[in-house]
Amino acid sequence: MSLFLIALLPFLGALLPGLMIHAGRQACFMATFLVTGLTTVGLLVHAPAVLGGEVIQAQLNWIPSLGLNVNLFLDPLGFFFAGLILIIGLLVIVYARYYLSRQDNMGEFYSYLLLFQGAMVGIVLSDNILMLVVFWELTSLSSFLLIGFWKHLPAGRQGARMALTTTGMGGLALIGGMILLGQAGGSYDLTTLLQNREMVQASPLYIPALLLILLGCFTKSAQFPFHYWLPHAMAAPTPVSAYLHSATMVKAGLFLMARLWPVLAGTEAWTYIVCTAGLLTMVIAAFIAFFKHDLKALLAFSTISHLGLITFLLGTGTPFGVMAAVFHILNHATFKAALFMTAGIVDHEAHTRDMTRLGGLRHLMPITFMIATLASLSMAGIPLLNGFISKEMMLEEATVTTLYGSPWLVTIVATVGALFSAAYSFRFLGHTFFGPKRDDYPATPHDPGVGLWLSPALLTIPVVVLGVAPFLAEPFVKTVTAAVLGDASLVPDKYLALWHGFNLPLLMSVIAVIGGILMLLAYKPLIKAWDNTPRPEAKTIFEALVNGCGTAANRFAEGLHNGSFTRYAAIMIVTTTAVGAFAWITGKSLAQGREMLPITPPAFAGWAMLVAATVFMVLVHRNRLATLILMGIVGLIVSVGFNYFSAPDLALTQISVEVVTIILLLLALNFLPNSTPVESSPARRTRDGVIAVLGGVATTMLMYSILMSDFPTASISEYFLANSYKGGGGDNVVNVILVDFRGFDTFGEIIVLGIAALVIYALTESLLSSSVRARLLNRGYEEEQAGDAHPLMMVVLTRVMMPVVLMVGFYIFLRGHNEPGGGFISGLVVAIAVVMQYMASGFAWAERRQRYPYHGIIGAGVLVAGLTGIGSWFAGAPFLSSAFGYFRIPPMNEFELATAMAFDLGVFLAVVGAVMLSLESYSRLARRQGDETNEHAMDIDPSREVPPLGSLRNTAQQEG
Amino acid sequence: MELLVATAVGMLTASGIYMVLRLRTFPVIIGISLLTYAVNVFLFGSGRLLPNAPAVLTDGVDIYSDPLPQALVLTAIVISFGMTAVVVIVALGSWLANDDDMVDTPTAGAGPDAADDQPRGGAQS
Repeated sequence: MSLFLIALLPFLGALLPGLMIHAGRQACFMATFLVTGLTTVGLLVHAPAVLGGEVIQAQLNWIPSLGLNVNLFLDPLGFFFAGLILIIGLLVIVYARYYLSRQDNMGEFYSYLLLFQGAMVGIVLSDNILMLVVFWELTSLSSFLLIGFWKHLPAGRQGARMALTTTGMGGLALIGGMILLGQAGGSYDLTTLLQNREMVQASPLYIPALLLILLGCFTKSAQFPFHYWLPHAMAAPTPVSAYLHSATMVKAGLFLMARLWPVLAGTEAWTYIVCTAGLLTMVIAAFIAFFKHDLKALLAFSTISHLGLITFLLGTGTPFGVMAAVFHILNHATFKAALFMTAGIVDHEAHTRDMTRLGGLRHLMPITFMIATLASLSMAGIPLLNGFISKEMMLEEATVTTLYGSPWLVTIVATVGALFSAAYSFRFLGHTFFGPKRDDYPATPHDPGVGLWLSPALLTIPVVVLGVAPFLAEPFVKTVTAAVLGDASLVPDKYLALWHGFNLPLLMSVIAVIGGILMLLAYKPLIKAWDNTPRPEAKTIFEALVNGCGTAANRFAEGLHNGSFTRYAAIMIVTTTAVGAFAWITGKSLAQGREMLPITPPAFAGWAMLVAATVFMVLVHRNRLATLILMGIVGLIVSVGFNYFSAPDLALTQISVEVVTIILLLLALNFLPNSTPVESSPARRTRDGVIAVLGGVATTMLMYSILMSDFPTASISEYFLANSYKGGGGDNVVNVILVDFRGFDTFGEIIVLGIAALVIYALTESLLSSSVRARLLNRGYEEEQAGDAHPLMMVVLTRVMMPVVLMVGFYIFLRGHNEPGGGFISGLVVAIAVVMQYMASGFAWAERRQRYPYHGIIGAGVLVAGLTGIGSWFAGAPFLSSAFGYFRIPPMNEFELATAMAFDLGVFLAVVGAVMLSLESYSRLARRQGDETNEHAMDIDPSREVPPLGSLRNTAQQEG
Repeated sequence: MELLVATAVGMLTASGIYMVLRLRTFPVIIGISLLTYAVNVFLFGSGRLLPNAPAVLTDGVDIYSDPLPQALVLTAIVISFGMTAVVVIVALGSWLANDDDMVDTPTAGAGPDAADDQPRGGAQS
């Protein structure tokens, strides 16, 4: 099976359980089991090749420029972990089938489980380290869902959040570390990277990369001081604990350390950091585990302790340490998963996991007792069980490790760790199964059905077999070790065996076991001392930390964002000006190479008008109508200025936008108060004035320095000028840029414009469907209304102008490609022609004559433009490539047809629709109670005999 | 001539900034429009000033006005209309629904009515 399929199958399969649950729990279980089973088979068919020394690869380029490729590879290490994940996954799926109660949503559970499985398989198969990080984050997310599966339990939610925060932060560190590692090693592909040991370790990036990666590994694998999340994650259903928190996810950190061992390990920094963290974790967690009453909490701390043990082995940096680590990963996965499942069975049957309420279960649950005995004695390191073999190897490694200059330190610490480990294992067994039978269990315990005990029972087979005959695993362990080391010749020439003779490790083992028994015997005084000792509670510290961060962030955000827009604007303007001034003072400005153009009288007149208009606007801005008039002047001068400086397209656009903007603002002013009250103090006005002048001076200087300098580098405009006719078939370069060179931008722009119009429409609709509508309808007129609302002169004039304006618009559209004009401008012109009719004869009258809804016109515009773009696909060209040709229809002159014209038509339609829809929406707000819908185009019509509506209304008003 | 354009941009910016710093929606909208003019002219100016240069390709002419800033500004003008229209409807909605055309959120505890006789952010004190 392709590696892609192996990695993908669990993700695809994750869709199944959610669907199959409707067919019943058994169907749901079968579907999940089949998915994992199929993936397992797919993996196992590669076994002969992989264990034979072949590395299977699958590659797919994703974003090669970022070094991000979907490269997967399967070597013995990946095979080992993938096998662990899938096979234990199968057992957990079976176990969960019988563990979950009818109230639990099994489909949801299995879906999360498969998501997690896919993410884990992805980690161990990734060749690209960035891909690996992606899968790494996926495991954090899916484990969050699994830990918090019982959403009704606060402990579950809190535990899930804690796990996500911790592992998520570790994941962030890991991303940084991986990027640095890729930089240092010259590749993001593991297969290449792992060859570059010297290059990585000589790089100055090595230490930062190492620290960040280890941060990721330690948080994931719950190493001290990041161990606190794992016990709280025990709020998850037991299958999750058995799967994630003993066999797979917490081993991801170990996997990564093993994976990167060839490039990272062997330095002093590695040895000190990793060994110290591992040893501390091993001892501290083992000690705490002994005092935990909750079965799962005990197992959680014991898991942390064993993870510390493996971390220590990897940290020693010796091939033998790696071999011991590999073997212990395998052994730990078997006995610990079995123990978790046993704890789950006890909980399931006795309805409690509290050891102070348990005891004497050995007669009540003989099968469970058997499994628990084998697994926990293996954990304690008793001979003939697999935990003993790897623990002996660990102790042997400890005796030869020198840390902090002392050859005895590690030996002693390891022995103490093993002692605690034996102690809590004995306590697990003793306080649950031994002792007198009690009569106050919350429920009557008895052995569960075979479905529940089958999985842990199967797991005890390797516990015993590998304990008695460890040589069976030797070839496999050595192959995996070779894969970790990256060099088969480095694999130590030692063999896995039960009996190595009387030596120091055996003595240490004996001390540990005897010490463990003594500790259990001294349980009562010890627990009393423990209870009386104050100690830091990780959860309290964590919550305080999180809340502290939250408070600090809130204080910062609220201090900065207090809801005053004016303040934000002032801060932004002052900051921008200050930064600009700093750049101006410290930087080098452009060379002032241009001659100043002579000032002409008309230009000066225009300038004077503009300056006068802006000054007056500031002075009289409380009179809003006057402001609008002044703004009209500004707009006119700007468009004249565009024309003066050889930009006729801009001039045309500016002037037509000016018209619709002023109409729009007038419509708005219809509702808003006519004047702005005096609110701000003189001091504040002075302050604003100073800010404004500073900003103005800054822009003036910037503009002046740009205008007086030549282009620092050649402008790309040259390209457009040179290719406009050749490539785009048009003489008007501006239009060709819009519809051809940068057509995709323009396509986006018309979509944005259309969205803006639809937003306005939607907001109007929501206003009109709220209480605002009644208020709008019922407000009176503040001022007397014109007797002739739709004056004859205006109606006639606009009617006459309409065809002329439309023709002008059409002309501007047609010539757009070669002369100033185009879709934008003609769209605005046509919109103005239509708006004039609304103004002359009233909204309702015009609306009744409107044949197409403006939304439709916007949509048609975007569609036409889009389809034109798609059309070029049929010619085998990329989106929006244009074509043009010259045609002649007698008796006319030769003319040009370009596909860009169809695109411009789309622009035209979208602009017309957007402008009209906005203005129309505003007008809809203006309807009032008592407004008659005028039947006729004008109020006073000499050709009509009937008294017009307008005069009726006036009479009524005067009488009232 | 460059000096005139530069000062014109400066005047537009200065008046725009002053209006943006007002407390009611309408002057703020006008201020944003003024800033739009300033920005458009500024962008246009980045192509340098060339009076009497042809804008469309003509035989025998080498110097043209820079088409690129023009194309950018052209769409900017149209988009700014859309933006103004959206901002205005938001302002209108607030005014029609709450009789409130202040741009600042009232300080805690002060509703839209109380806001009128309470100093805001030290503005009136």
